[in-house]
Amino acid sequence: MIDPASRPGTPAQVQLGDDGRLRHFIDIEGLPKALLTEILDTADSFRGVQEAQVKKVPLLRGKTVANLFFENSTRTRATFELAAKRLSADVLNLDIKTSSTAKGETLLDTLQNLEAMQADAFVVRHSDSGAAHFIASQVTPRVAIINAGDGRHAHPTQAMLDMLTIRRHKGDFSRLRVAIVGDILHSRVARSQILALNTLGAAEVRVVAPRTLLPVDVEALGCRVFTRLSEGLAGADVVIALRLQKERMDGALLPSESEFYRHYGLTRDSLAWAHPEAIVMHPGPINRGVEIESAVADGPRSVILDQVTNGIAVRMAVLSMAVSGQTREREQRRQETQ
Amino acid sequence: MKLTLKGARVIDPASGIDRVTDLHLAAGRIVGLDAHPDFHAEKVLELSGKWLLPGLVDIGAQLREPGPRYKGSLESESAAALAGGYTRVAVRPDTSPVLDSASQVRTLHDRAQEVNGVRVVPLGALTQGLEGRLLANMAGLQGAGCVALTNLRRPLADARVLRRCLEYAATHDIPVHFQAQEAALAAGGCAHEGALASRLGLPGIPESAETTALAQWLLLIEQTGVRAHVAHLSTARGLEMVAEAKARGLPVTCDVTMAQLHWTDATLAGFDANFHLEPPLRREADRQALCQGVADGRIDAIVSGHLPHEQAAKLAPFAASEPGMSSLETVWALGQALVDEGVLDPLTLAARLSLGPARVLGQGGGGLAAGEAADLAVFDPEAEWTPSGDTLRSAGLNTPLLGRPLKGRALLTLVEGDIRHSGFL
Repeated sequence: MIDPASRPGTPAQVQLGDDGRLRHFIDIEGLPKALLTEILDTADSFRGVQEAQVKKVPLLRGKTVANLFFENSTRTRATFELAAKRLSADVLNLDIKTSSTAKGETLLDTLQNLEAMQADAFVVRHSDSGAAHFIASQVTPRVAIINAGDGRHAHPTQAMLDMLTIRRHKGDFSRLRVAIVGDILHSRVARSQILALNTLGAAEVRVVAPRTLLPVDVEALGCRVFTRLSEGLAGADVVIALRLQKERMDGALLPSESEFYRHYGLTRDSLAWAHPEAIVMHPGPINRGVEIESAVADGPRSVILDQVTNGIAVRMAVLSMAVSGQTREREQRRQETQ
Repeated sequence: MKLTLKGARVIDPASGIDRVTDLHLAAGRIVGLDAHPDFHAEKVLELSGKWLLPGLVDIGAQLREPGPRYKGSLESESAAALAGGYTRVAVRPDTSPVLDSASQVRTLHDRAQEVNGVRVVPLGALTQGLEGRLLANMAGLQGAGCVALTNLRRPLADARVLRRCLEYAATHDIPVHFQAQEAALAAGGCAHEGALASRLGLPGIPESAETTALAQWLLLIEQTGVRAHVAHLSTARGLEMVAEAKARGLPVTCDVTMAQLHWTDATLAGFDANFHLEPPLRREADRQALCQGVADGRIDAIVSGHLPHEQAAKLAPFAASEPGMSSLETVWALGQALVDEGVLDPLTLAARLSLGPARVLGQGGGGLAAGEAADLAVFDPEAEWTPSGDTLRSAGLNTPLLGRPLKGRALLTLVEGDIRHSGFL
């Protein structure tokens, strides 16, 4: 086989500088355990900032962070905005609707314009898998790209805020059994979670769903597959419910919300299968009575609001690490050319 | 002009000849091989170390005419074909406008005459506008010079329309080409449905998109007796099905693109849009089975799948990029790589690139017998070159081989004895 030389780098090559430090944050894949731990440690330190009277640090003073949302989002965008502001960055919010006919050209044109505005970081959400990777490797390699969700591919900051939440509640990953329940097929969150849990050394990662909502060969991501909730939850230390989009019923993937809830809904009853100390997580927004019972979402085991708080800290960590990685590279290049 | 091509390794799949000898041409025809004492050449080309083959024949390339100029023109793409060693190219009907009327076909013929490059053989549309609902004027298209009709991988409205298309084509004995893909199973997909697409979150096209469509087509081919050609097979299972149909005597042939013999879905890892192809690159097991099928002759032809694009078409996230690869100029080097790897011997490679596709098209060519039109290609198997904007003739630079050193390239391409490409010396 002839191996082409010109193809874009692997996620690890694109995300890491020559010194092994973060310069983009696009995907969990290819990032070493030490780096994920560094993100968690940095985020932990920012939790203190959030609890202080003045919730700001000057790490990104004079820097510009542009939120480029090609797909709707309220919460993710808000927490990214807050994270950037707490780092003292200037924030530019852009909601860009893609026209379905000329997506690629719109993206390219938009980015070239924004690049000319000298932003230091782009926080990107896009409906196409690989969009953040494409931008980082082909379009704007000099700007730190933070992936805020690309298609079904990855949502790495969500995965890291989940990891932070798990670590703060459970400590060591190596003893944990984590069950992810629901629409794995369409979930970029699940993909990133599975990869992060594997890198951090979780004892067992499980996915639980009907076969219509499981990607082909999902085991290869590093998880055990269950189609029965009772088996998937048995003894689990962490239970993560995923949001079920209403439109899944139209695609002949499920008969009805109520049937899904009956077989895969997280209820007080079904949670009894899990470890008595199990925590319950959800990336939001919640569909009460579809994937999770209100009494569970609001109950004592739920850490869902913790996830939101941790989201700001993780996004502060990732933004500050990637922007400083890019700045360092730029300075090195400047010194080399002088 | 009387011409002697001297001392090349002559590889003729039609006669099974593979040896160093001389070939003599006169008046656009092959006079014969070996010593001809009474043949007095006006010109002798010394070609020792080179390989002389029947000109390569392609099925289903997109030469972008009629169509938007920014994607290429008959001038650029014909030059690319000749530079790749091709002398005859059967072109796809999904041009703009679609090749679904005799007048469109005649216009294309006129343009091909004007360009005077590679022989252009049109494949007409099977249905009006390739929309899959109404039959195209099949006999009219045949009369205008279409050698076969195809809807490519565009869906037909239902099995009834498919049946009627095949019956009507059989009535006029017009071959039908098709790419097997069940549209509903492939909907929204852009990559082989497997572990890698799952990891990357790319919507998948399952193997069953090919095999279920193939089953339906093969059953209706059997019922209607139409002559048919399966284009661009991508799966091992699909190959088995076609081979079984052939073994049962169905009038079916098939091809595979060179890309499918070289790459797999493992190439998706970097989201390189140049590997966004239709059908998608499949598993290693599929690749190996397709290589085996080419070697043992169950697959009749290796084709280019040439689909040139402007740069912007690929400057997008993987799924949003346009599928296809510019490939006429790199097929030979990749074929030589298959020889180097021991997958094929040179005679078999020549057969799948010239005689096999020529037989599918049924217009002659693909051999070096005395009296045949002198459609020839001479390759330099040692030529080292790198595809780039400077070295490629095609308007499309959408190939993952850009910047990658290759070995093997066409030195001369002759159409009816006329040297239409000579280069790289």
